[in-house]
Amino acid sequence: MDKQLKRGLLDVCVLAAIKDEDSYGYKIIKDVKPYIEMSESTLYTILKRLEISKMLTVWTAEHGGRLRKYYHITKLGLKRIEEFKMEWREVMSIYQFVSKGGGKYE
Amino acid sequence: MNKQEFIAQLERNLVGLPKKEVQDRLGFYAEMIDDRIEEGRLEEDAVRDIGAVDEIVTQIIADIPLIKIMQDKMKRKRRMKAWEIVLLTLGFPIWFSLLAAVFAVGLSVYVAIWSVVVSLWAVDLAVAVGALAGLIPTIYYMSVGNWAGGVFLLGAALACAGLTIFLFYGCKITTKWIGILTKKAALGIKRKLVKKENV
Repeated sequence: MDKQLKRGLLDVCVLAAIKDEDSYGYKIIKDVKPYIEMSESTLYTILKRLEISKMLTVWTAEHGGRLRKYYHITKLGLKRIEEFKMEWREVMSIYQFVSKGGGKYE
Repeated sequence: MNKQEFIAQLERNLVGLPKKEVQDRLGFYAEMIDDRIEEGRLEEDAVRDIGAVDEIVTQIIADIPLIKIMQDKMKRKRRMKAWEIVLLTLGFPIWFSLLAAVFAVGLSVYVAIWSVVVSLWAVDLAVAVGALAGLIPTIYYMSVGNWAGGVFLLGAALACAGLTIFLFYGCKITTKWIGILTKKAALGIKRKLVKKENV
């Protein structure tokens, strides 16, 4: 898959993984794994990027005698997911056009 | 390798990077390992899941912009002593010009490499223009009945057109390769900077 495309998809996947409830690193990896390959290092970079662009916030909680970071989606993050859905509705219609072989059967 | 060894090895390889950044990353990997262990995985397996330290280090270094590493290098680790300030001030004409020279040499090497690319594309463009320009007199010669001249120019124009296409692919490959090499060089410089304090 194209690098740039995958980067954008990973961002949205991570946002989707924290959309309904706050989540933590390992859980995000597990939730996303069935759909797209993502290493720990990649996740770290994505989380940092999303934090800097204010699409999520981070909070720390104690868990089993150690600290664990939780990620919370912001309004901007939710907006990004909606934008993504809109964009991909377009992409899907283009996909249908392309996969039926362009306009030649019309 | 257990978790402690893994984290220690990772830390050793990241000494040259901004302190806060390193602590943040180490905490992240530690949490990832702990969460796996909590889920019932053996510590050794949990560490293996995260991947090889070398690969992680390479990716981390590639992720951090060169500028940020440089900025961190510039920050003083302790307050300067009076004689250091005096020396620094007196030596300004020397060290500043040396630094400027090093920077200028680096920049000129970079510019020289890319100017090769630019000139290659310019040659390709020139040949393309030559092909188009050859067509105009061809039409003129043919219209006045000078067939020999016309055919000669047409041939030349076609040769130029062919050369344009041929050169286009050459230029494309060269540009791509130089792009890749530049990226590799940047990664190499970053690694040097990060590793320096390792000794």
